[in-house]
Amino acid sequence: MPTTTPTPGLDLDAIREFGPYLQYARDIRVDTGVEPDRLVKTHCCFCGQQCGMQLKVKGNTVVGVEPWYDFPFNRGMMCPKGIKRYLQQSHPDRLLHAYKKDPSAPSGFSEMPYDEAIRRVADEIDRIQREYGNDAFAILSGASLTTEKTYLMGKFAHMALKTANIDYNGRLCMVSAAAGNKKSFGVDRAANPWGDILGAEVVWISGANVAECAPITTNYVWQAREQGAKVIVADPRITPIARTCDLFLPVKPGRDTALFNGVLHLMIEHDWLDHDFIENHTVGFDAVAEEVSKWTPALTAEVTGVAEKSIQQAAEWWGQASTSFLMHARGIEHHSRGVQNVMSAINIVLASGRIGRENCGYGTITGQANGQGGREHGQKCDQLPGGRDLGNPEHRAYVAGVWGMDPDDLPQPGVDAYEIMRKAHSGEIKGLLSICFNPVVSLPDNNFVREALDKLEFFVAIDFFMSATSRYADVVLPGSLQEEDEGTVTQLEGRVIKINQVVDCPGEARRDWEIIQDIAKALGRERGLTFSGPREMFEELRIASKGYTNDYSGITWEGVEDNYGVFWPCPAETPEGVPLPGPQGTVRLFEPGSWNPIAKGAGPFYFPDGKARFNVTEYVGPTEDVDADYPVILTTGRVVSQFLSGNQTRRIGPLLDHYPEPKIEMHPRLAAKLGIRDGDWATAESRRGNCTLRASVVKTIRPDTVFIPYHWAGRKSANQLTISAQDPISKIPEYKVCAVRVSKAEAPPEYADQLQPQQ
Amino acid sequence: MPVPATLEFFIDPARCIGCQACVQACAECDTHRGQSMIQLDYVDRAHSTQTVPVVCMHCDSPTCAEVCPADAIKRTEDGVVHSARKPRCIACNNCVLACPFGVPKMNTEMQLMMKCNMCYDRTSVGLKPMCASVCPSQALAFGTREEMARLRPSARPVNTFQFGAQTITTKVNMMVPADDGPDWVDVTAAMHEPTIGHQMLDDIFDDDVFGGDGFIDLLNDDPADA
Repeated sequence: MPTTTPTPGLDLDAIREFGPYLQYARDIRVDTGVEPDRLVKTHCCFCGQQCGMQLKVKGNTVVGVEPWYDFPFNRGMMCPKGIKRYLQQSHPDRLLHAYKKDPSAPSGFSEMPYDEAIRRVADEIDRIQREYGNDAFAILSGASLTTEKTYLMGKFAHMALKTANIDYNGRLCMVSAAAGNKKSFGVDRAANPWGDILGAEVVWISGANVAECAPITTNYVWQAREQGAKVIVADPRITPIARTCDLFLPVKPGRDTALFNGVLHLMIEHDWLDHDFIENHTVGFDAVAEEVSKWTPALTAEVTGVAEKSIQQAAEWWGQASTSFLMHARGIEHHSRGVQNVMSAINIVLASGRIGRENCGYGTITGQANGQGGREHGQKCDQLPGGRDLGNPEHRAYVAGVWGMDPDDLPQPGVDAYEIMRKAHSGEIKGLLSICFNPVVSLPDNNFVREALDKLEFFVAIDFFMSATSRYADVVLPGSLQEEDEGTVTQLEGRVIKINQVVDCPGEARRDWEIIQDIAKALGRERGLTFSGPREMFEELRIASKGYTNDYSGITWEGVEDNYGVFWPCPAETPEGVPLPGPQGTVRLFEPGSWNPIAKGAGPFYFPDGKARFNVTEYVGPTEDVDADYPVILTTGRVVSQFLSGNQTRRIGPLLDHYPEPKIEMHPRLAAKLGIRDGDWATAESRRGNCTLRASVVKTIRPDTVFIPYHWAGRKSANQLTISAQDPISKIPEYKVCAVRVSKAEAPPEYADQLQPQQ
Repeated sequence: MPVPATLEFFIDPARCIGCQACVQACAECDTHRGQSMIQLDYVDRAHSTQTVPVVCMHCDSPTCAEVCPADAIKRTEDGVVHSARKPRCIACNNCVLACPFGVPKMNTEMQLMMKCNMCYDRTSVGLKPMCASVCPSQALAFGTREEMARLRPSARPVNTFQFGAQTITTKVNMMVPADDGPDWVDVTAAMHEPTIGHQMLDDIFDDDVFGGDGFIDLLNDDPADA
């Protein structure tokens, strides 16, 4: 039902009722001396590092945090988000009831009984699918859910709803890395445990604001440096990890492939290559050598904006090292050529031959809590459990066998998250269920996204806080926080770990998987969706993932508990004569002589011939480059105290106080040109929208680039400006480059005196 | 139980990433009643992301205690200098003004000076203080001298400080580089010159880095005309 939408972010009555408001420790306890009833070992609910921590519980309230010194990845270390996450559990903004859209209520919503809400959701799904076909109802899921829940979401979509259209918010996060890894190695996982960073002679970090987005990784990098590593950082900004690095490459946003091609060019020119490795374990080197032959230092410098001498220095260190570790993150992946960027990075790793050995590594830094596990077991639009393909008849047959259904009843691959929005906008998709995803804040060109949501006939959101997206829903179901359920997640090293339940859901709120199963039951389609809990889901997932790349069949919850996690692949059975992985699973991928179900012993890589692939990476610039009308590059990213769309972290007082509102960061030279001083209101305008924020004038950013963190909603949202250009392979949006013009604002923006900083 | 003499505190600002995990964790410790006792600030954000965490240095002869007219500030045998004792503190601010490191804070609500006491509830039972437990870059570290020497060959601990004529020896160590490393200041300096060592040129930016018609030309001279 189209309604008139208030100005984005200025629906003040909804904000008044649902927040975000700030919670502080003093709101939940009189003093810190409260003796907790118990400490529960679990993991952070935020980023992909999944730091181990203990939560203090008093009654049914989380009252604090205590380091968990024994967990090997972080040994007690935490970033501010992990330390303060406990403040979300008893938060006043917490949704305790189901809500329905109610235009007569000031906030636009009124409470409704849970059972009635489930009934209505089921009726609408049924109506829409009967009227317009199965694919007219779509699902958006998320990578912060436990692996069991992501498995359930995939099964719910593909088996109960039989809709092709399920996708997840990892589409904005890990898909370029995943696709690049699949094309180069045949498997998608960080190749090494983080311990391999120590002992590397060169640590190369491209497009990763490690200190702010993966803080604990900093200690690994600093420790590597203590042991003699040279640290190379490529980034348009001098982030805290770059401030003291040995070589800083101020790459212009969108030019990463050119940089890696230029480095490979020099490696070939100086013969800094591992010929044996290239000969015996890879395919396609010659074509790549041909492609990079034109990438002379002069051309590379011209395109990337990095000095020739620096490019030469980087190639010299990288080329001559005997051990190394290369990491990258969204900085090179959020591009319309993101997969290309990833493959060009892997090319310099393969040419060096430094992979599959101790201290010789490569890894993409996973973003979301379960960014790794969440992209493996069937909630991606073209995927089935175990990393299998929905379009592959053999794979369909296997999974359909596990689920007890006819493979022909499985839908064909659907479309990606942004395409779901486009189809909603064009009227092809009529209904949507969303969980663990806040597309109004996190998708690019979000004015378009708002229009799309407005056009849906029925939209149901499962949420624990009323997000900017849920405010568009017809029905909101109260789901669970991470601390109210149990299950496994897979962190950035590929280690499967256990999230433990700390407290029970409050009020009418339910664990997410119960809500999904309740909907299935109300639809009369509960076959295969009657799990007693996450453990039973995991047992089925073990079978469903068996025999393919992401094999969890040999992993048990006990094994995970006993070994501080188990690394996949961990098959339960291997052919005669092939040893099973140890209790910790496969800690390091691609070790010489290792077996995998694709190569079947032919070699360490996950292709039938066991060889890795060099991929030709032709440099193509960003989709929207600067021009006379829009002369400045906009890039977006994160700050350390906030996470993703901010739906959780913008409600936590101490985190918000650290960095209260988004700023537009620019170099003094650009600021001087524009007559903007530090602290002035400045407007950035793209072809899609505009945004007025205070300026932060700092020398730590390229003068041709401005930066805005994307954690805020409404008129403070950076994604009003970004472009919905996508990578043709991974469909990741190009958050890291678009063209804007920047000017000094005449007056403070409309929101300035109406909203609190977090709103 | 005293803090074991073998365990020392080490601060290395070169490692600091400004994430404020220490500030947030400090407020989680029972010893200082949920108040954060750490200052963490940018030195000069316009020019660098360098931040410095300030915890109490736990001086051998604490200036704060020396200037206290009420004898409210005590240093225990194990070298930890504690918050003012509530029955004695007269909230006169002498200690706040006198401390060369700027550590003590006046809690006006409680009329009491509070400061970092090395999480005495934790350290006196063999646990690490909160800040050094959580610090993701280990800019704040707590361990033995031997451990630090093994882990960090490129830095050395210093615990003697000179303030004018005053020499101060502290329980807490500041790590200083064994030799000088590079120091990134401005992106543009990395565009032309080899960015090694301290040859930082602040103003070498020109249009040809960006190809023929550089972006500067594209910017209207007067933004009002845009």
